[in-house]
Amino acid sequence: MNLQSFLLMRHEIMLTLALVILLIAELSTENKKGIINLAILIFLVVTVVGFVPVPEGSLFGDMYRTSPLTVMMKNILNIGVLILFFQSAEWIKQPEYNNKVSEFYLLIISTLIGMSFMISSGHFLMFYIGLELATIPIAALAAYDRLKNISAEAGIKLILSSALSSGILLYGLSMLYGTIGSLYFTDMGEAFMNTPLQVMGFIFFFAGMGFKISLVPFHLWTADVYEGAPINVASYLSVISKGAAVFIFTIILFTVFHSIAPMWKNLLYVIAILTMTVGNLFALRQKNLKRFLAFSSIAQAGFILLGIIDGGELGMASVLYFVLIYIFTNLGAFGVVSAVSVASGKENMDDYNGLYHTNPKLSLLLMLALFSLAGIPPVAGFFGKFFLFTSAAHSGYYWLVFIAVVNATISLYYYLLVIKAMFINKNEEPIAFFKSGLTTRIGLLMCVAGIFIIGLLSPIFEILRSLSIGI
Amino acid sequence: MIDFGYTIWIPLIPFFMFLILGLFGGKMKPMISGYLGTLGLLVTTVLSFFAAYQYFFQRTGEEAFEKIIASNTVWLNITDKLHIDVGVMLDPISVMMLIVVSTVSFMVHIYSLGYMKGDFGFSRFYSFLSLFSFSMYSLVVATNLFQMYMCWELVGVSSYLLISFYYEKPSAVLAGKKAFIVTRFADLGFLIGILILSYISGTFDFEELTNPEGAMISQGTALTFMGFSAISVALTLIFIGGAGKSAMFPLHIWLPDAMEGPTPVSALIHAATMVVAGVFLVARLFPLYYLGAPDVLTIVAYVGGFTSLFAAIIACTQLDIKRVLAFSTMSQIGYMMLALGVSGYGDHDGLGFMASMFHLFTHAMFKALLFLGAGAIIHSVHSNMMTDMGGLRKYLPITHITFLIACLTIAGIPPFSGFFSKDEILVAAFHHDKVLFFIEWAVAGITAFYMFRLYFVVFWGKETHYHHTPHESPLTMTIPLMILALASIFSGFIPFNELVTSDGHGFHIHTEWAIAIPSILVGIVGIAVAWIFYKKESGIPAKLAASLKLLYVGSFNKFYIDELYMFITKKIIFNRISAPIAWFDRHVVDASMNGIAWVTNSISDQIKELQSGQLQKYGYVFISGVILLTFAFVYLWFN
Repeated sequence: MNLQSFLLMRHEIMLTLALVILLIAELSTENKKGIINLAILIFLVVTVVGFVPVPEGSLFGDMYRTSPLTVMMKNILNIGVLILFFQSAEWIKQPEYNNKVSEFYLLIISTLIGMSFMISSGHFLMFYIGLELATIPIAALAAYDRLKNISAEAGIKLILSSALSSGILLYGLSMLYGTIGSLYFTDMGEAFMNTPLQVMGFIFFFAGMGFKISLVPFHLWTADVYEGAPINVASYLSVISKGAAVFIFTIILFTVFHSIAPMWKNLLYVIAILTMTVGNLFALRQKNLKRFLAFSSIAQAGFILLGIIDGGELGMASVLYFVLIYIFTNLGAFGVVSAVSVASGKENMDDYNGLYHTNPKLSLLLMLALFSLAGIPPVAGFFGKFFLFTSAAHSGYYWLVFIAVVNATISLYYYLLVIKAMFINKNEEPIAFFKSGLTTRIGLLMCVAGIFIIGLLSPIFEILRSLSIGI
Repeated sequence: MIDFGYTIWIPLIPFFMFLILGLFGGKMKPMISGYLGTLGLLVTTVLSFFAAYQYFFQRTGEEAFEKIIASNTVWLNITDKLHIDVGVMLDPISVMMLIVVSTVSFMVHIYSLGYMKGDFGFSRFYSFLSLFSFSMYSLVVATNLFQMYMCWELVGVSSYLLISFYYEKPSAVLAGKKAFIVTRFADLGFLIGILILSYISGTFDFEELTNPEGAMISQGTALTFMGFSAISVALTLIFIGGAGKSAMFPLHIWLPDAMEGPTPVSALIHAATMVVAGVFLVARLFPLYYLGAPDVLTIVAYVGGFTSLFAAIIACTQLDIKRVLAFSTMSQIGYMMLALGVSGYGDHDGLGFMASMFHLFTHAMFKALLFLGAGAIIHSVHSNMMTDMGGLRKYLPITHITFLIACLTIAGIPPFSGFFSKDEILVAAFHHDKVLFFIEWAVAGITAFYMFRLYFVVFWGKETHYHHTPHESPLTMTIPLMILALASIFSGFIPFNELVTSDGHGFHIHTEWAIAIPSILVGIVGIAVAWIFYKKESGIPAKLAASLKLLYVGSFNKFYIDELYMFITKKIIFNRISAPIAWFDRHVVDASMNGIAWVTNSISDQIKELQSGQLQKYGYVFISGVILLTFAFVYLWFN
């Protein structure tokens, strides 16, 4: 180990330092506001430093690897967390959380460290440690409102479900280890022999990842946990946690399991259709906005699979691009829901009736985010979906693209329901006008900027494409 | 080599002005936004003139004027060969258009400070003007067909926004819609033409497309489609787009109605700049037209010739002064199209091309002057109708003199600029096609007649009873009139034959008096007839109208072209074709869609039960899913 090798791990080291600083701050001051500002400031530094270019390389005997691709993935996640920190500041200032402000930041940063290790892993052991580090603190976060039954329930459900999924994932890994004799990605990729046991091991592994990305039929925890958990935690789960899992899942599929690509492409084909359709069908009838966004995020995960299934550079680039856009878009939607919830405590779709007349700016913002989720041009979501569909069509999955288009149309219906509620429906007592704090506004503005700029700035896709790898 | 990189700011400054005025205009004092917009235009005008000076007079050596790409960015990479760029290209016609657009636009900006003062939506007006200027600048400097198409649509949008500027007035809203739909319809042809061209050539780039030695032309003529060469089809379609924008018969019906917009807008968009975009488009692709599809050029010439005659006849009977000017615009653009149609390529053969551009330039000046003058008249008597005017020369001295200059210019009386440019067109037509020559010669007389009819009725004639005494307009309005009057007088002396030619090489011209003298004479006859008819009230026009009733009524009603369109769209397309389709749509398509929606919703209701909230069940589904997938895939995979 020398200085150079520390630089390779700079994301993880910066995050750990942030963790330590916040821990010390927590012990040494009672000033909650100061901690919030400090957390945002530190994270701003972490995000910016993350963009400094550093050569690629590997550490710990190839257990930890870094490349421009993984660095970009981590940066994308960092941006998302930064926006989330801005958006959640006002929520966490509420008196009921007074004694556990830093807890929120500490837990989130811990999971982010886990995700970074996961993305950079070159060995399944490292991957698994990252995965667990990225999961267990989230269960604590879901139960953040532990005095509320629903939040406690969400925490318990998440930890139990994830225990189950981790068990199955480990089981699958053990089968793979038993047949190959190594857990290094590079070794496994070459030694994969495509026997029934290995395929079974792969499917077990797939189920574990499917749990993290909430693919049907491993998604059932999603709605309950999103509904129970505080909104900002739910948005973290639906955006960052899911994004990280998608990233590493794509990398592993493309590197370790490339020899059975035709097989997992078939698997993804089925799962993609299931996920899009089931997510949409459930979303149609939801009245609670958090549950609604939960199902919508399941459906969106189904769309992401269209990019993975391509198996080429184009596919990976479109996945990265979509996740980047999805972060801004979904955080925008969750951000508005969070702001409304902090101001009025209301989370149901009916409560949003007539919101436009009292809070026009927020309504417009939510409309923008929902348009982006639905994929209406010229907002970024359209381009995200466009590239996903292009990459799937590129490898000849026309029927899949057709089904995806039908599903995108169905999704338009329920996204428009919310917009209709805000703009057209009448309400005797609409949510009163309120003014959000500065941090919330910054967070939301970043989302708006992202929604507009990323779609129209074509070099972004080109950069992502130049970093991407194919099978 | 001079660095023209700064020209990128010519379109960009109005664009930023549009953003600023559009976003914050509502919060500013109206006048501030007006001054801001005008200031932005002033800067771009200075830049345009500077660029023109550098381009035309600071070149090295005596070689031909070349196309200079001042800046270029690849915006969208479709294939390695086919990509959409955005950039600035300078060549004689684009630099000339920069001058035209910036001069007229700047004048209109100043003029509107007075004309629009106190109007509702003053800053909205200026933000739209900036949007238009941005789009028009980007259109003329476009490096490729696609950029041109985008800006083409953008000027269409700005024109729409400005025509229906007084959106409380139903007629303005209707006129805006009509202009937009008709031009959009024509643009469809343009788009398909672009697609065919890019399919043949694999490029959108003007430089490659119009290269006379390029492979484009031979490839295009070799490919045939329904007996025509692909390039003819493409260029005809592109010409349809240009004809729509330039209000050529039979796509002209939107232009008279577009006069519902504020008068400065009519001067800028519907007289000087946007409507000549069609001419500019043909000129831009001229080598392609001439070398690849000369038959299409014949169509261009005849459409132009017919339109100029047709519009001139209608203009003789209209009573709304802005409509007279609108038809006169159509007629003059017809001249320009015709000149392109009869032109050859290279050196003296390219006389028509040069004449067309020349006339485009002079026409922009004098027609903007006419419209702004008309605006000043309307401003003082609060009516568009000639019947409400008369004897105004006493009240509006400056407007009167400048208007007279403009009328003399359009009538082709030397030494005003219109004489020179029109004369070149007549010469070009004479050497190419005698029929077209005689049409245009007659039109020159008719033009002189209807312009002086307008002039005599408005400024001489019998004084009508005014509610309050008409008064001269403020300086902000009269100064642009005077500047444009100077431009109308002197722009005829610009040596277009040295500067703006079909292949960039200058050539010599001399006045052919055998053609010039008859054309001056016919103009004088037109003026004289108008003098006799309208200087003082006389019964002659009424008698003449009675004896030529059919022609008069037809012309007064614009030959019923609008009614014809209404008949075709309402009676035939709507009733016979659309109604059955609508029935099918409502009862078959919609019903089945509703059925699908109902099924989807009920499924959604049914499966909601799956999400029970019980963790055991979740685990059960999870494990079942894993097992099922394992069996399915292990089985399927190994069989």
